[in-house]
Amino acid sequence: MNHDSYSDDYIRGILNSVRSFAIVGASANTVRPSYFVLKYLLDKGYTAIPVNPGKAGSEILGQKVYASLRDISGPVDVVDVFRNAQAALGITKEAIEIGAKVVWMQLGVRNDEAAGLAEEAGLKVVMNCCPKIEYARLSGEIGWAGVNSRAISSARPKLAPKGVQHRILRKT
Amino acid sequence: MSDEKIPSFNTLAIHAGAQPDPATGARATPIYQTTSYVFDDVDHAASLFALQAFGNIYTRIMNPTQGVLEERVAALDGGTAALAVASGHAAQQLVFHTLLEPGDKFIAGRQLYGGSINQFNHAFKKFDWEVVWADTTKPETFETALDDKVKAIFVESLANPGGIVVDIEAISKIAKKAGIPLIVDNTMATPYLWRPKESGADIIVYSLTKFLGGQGNSIGGMIVDCGTFDWMASGKYPTLSEACESYNGMKLAETFGNFAFAIACRVLGLRDLGPCISPFNAFLILNGIETLPLRMQRHCDNALAVAEWLEKQDQVSWVSYAGLTGDPCHELAKKYMPKGAGAVFTFGLKGGFEAGVKLVSNVKLFSHLANIGDTRSLIIHPASTTHSQLTPEQRTAAGAGDDVVRLSIGIEDASDIIADLEQAMAQAG
Ligand SMILES: Cc1ncc(COP(=O)(O)O)c(C=O)c1O
Repeated sequence: MNHDSYSDDYIRGILNSVRSFAIVGASANTVRPSYFVLKYLLDKGYTAIPVNPGKAGSEILGQKVYASLRDISGPVDVVDVFRNAQAALGITKEAIEIGAKVVWMQLGVRNDEAAGLAEEAGLKVVMNCCPKIEYARLSGEIGWAGVNSRAISSARPKLAPKGVQHRILRKT
Repeated sequence: MSDEKIPSFNTLAIHAGAQPDPATGARATPIYQTTSYVFDDVDHAASLFALQAFGNIYTRIMNPTQGVLEERVAALDGGTAALAVASGHAAQQLVFHTLLEPGDKFIAGRQLYGGSINQFNHAFKKFDWEVVWADTTKPETFETALDDKVKAIFVESLANPGGIVVDIEAISKIAKKAGIPLIVDNTMATPYLWRPKESGADIIVYSLTKFLGGQGNSIGGMIVDCGTFDWMASGKYPTLSEACESYNGMKLAETFGNFAFAIACRVLGLRDLGPCISPFNAFLILNGIETLPLRMQRHCDNALAVAEWLEKQDQVSWVSYAGLTGDPCHELAKKYMPKGAGAVFTFGLKGGFEAGVKLVSNVKLFSHLANIGDTRSLIIHPASTTHSQLTPEQRTAAGAGDDVVRLSIGIEDASDIIADLEQAMAQAG
């Protein structure tokens, strides 16, 4: 598949069908993008598991940090790669091994070899994208920051149960 | 709607950024006339202040009506994000506040709205930012003005007041080679006639006061981030690429990627300098934009008809409108703005200063005032008004000689516009 851009339906389909993310390269530093994403995904009701060998055994945002994907006991639907493109290959192989359904590489990260392996193994692949930005874009939250969502809709946005300043994704 | 096909311009002008109000179902975008917004809980409040979540805090920094306006204009220009502010001048102020450090310079095309010339020459000096002037009709003058301290280039696409069409592609090449962003003021053309991102602009600014709002009722400005400049790779713009003290060491360009410039203008410039747009103005301008394509085409068609008529009049010595065959800018106008050359132009009266004063005194349909881009036709004689403080030599150099009259053609019937000029010129002699 073409990885230069993704349709809204493809991204929405992934975000609507998965429950758990493993954030590989999660940082405990509260101003790092990986911390933002972990926090945002937890806030949206996903399970979000930090993976970082240097921080294994500690907690970030109340979530236990694992040294590697293989150490995680529960199911992992999405492996979110907050590492560089070279590292993405090894992480993708592990993602296939542990039975993840999606490999997601962050903004600025793209590894076509890894993507090919994952797709051969039946996983979906997203590269050079951020799940937080995509969720905020497709739910309409990102418009509050003046960001172009590149989508128009005559449907009423869906408010999240937790408050008026949170929106949730529609199913279609 | 999926993104397999991005909707076209007329559709975006009506729909981009707007959805029915989630609380009430209201279909028109409501005027959220409030200063502040309750937090969902304490953790949510902390997330908002730390920029970890998208949401509303305080109307000096963001407002939901304003947010719709921003997404609308970003979509029309094909940008990644936008920021609406109190005026066109505020937009320019925030752009440079985000890009420049004290001691930095930028190059600006000399053919600019007079207010921008003042802002750059005088107000910006107090920030220790230095403007270096170049000639937009000679793109190579931008190259020779470059040096290590120059951090940006600023031009108008269609320059006010002369109606000069600027070769943005040529100037963009110079900016790209120098590794600095190109800022384009697209106020006079609007994204209906010209989308400067496609010609190589990195940042677009607007006075929304003019054609975008279009009805002469609200002042506003806009900054559009084209998402084309890599701030982290450049390293010349510490506000974007270095740890930000007032956000606990966050690097904005790293966190917000290709819309970091618009975010930086909001969460630093707008937060700290404060020129926010009122929700009511945002609402009025948003309504104006829904009819931008219709109005702009009519503005251009009327302007061409008036310019062609003026060319034939005995009292008129010259007409400077890029839509006219034979105008020095006509070829560039055909290339960059094939739908029309805008609605603001100048012409010369053989009768000089006296004839200009008489003309503006005798019009009945035209309004004699210092604005452009209204549904109504507008007229001004710069030598006796906006430029009256200058010497005759300075006026001529500024394109505001004694004989010059500037028109901003409205969307009335062209025959009535022409009839008004005809009767007023007959009296002016
Ligand atoms: C081309 C251009 N840019 C900027 C401005 C300044 O905009 P504002 O009056 O909204 O501050 C104007 C106003 O006349 C203008 O014509």
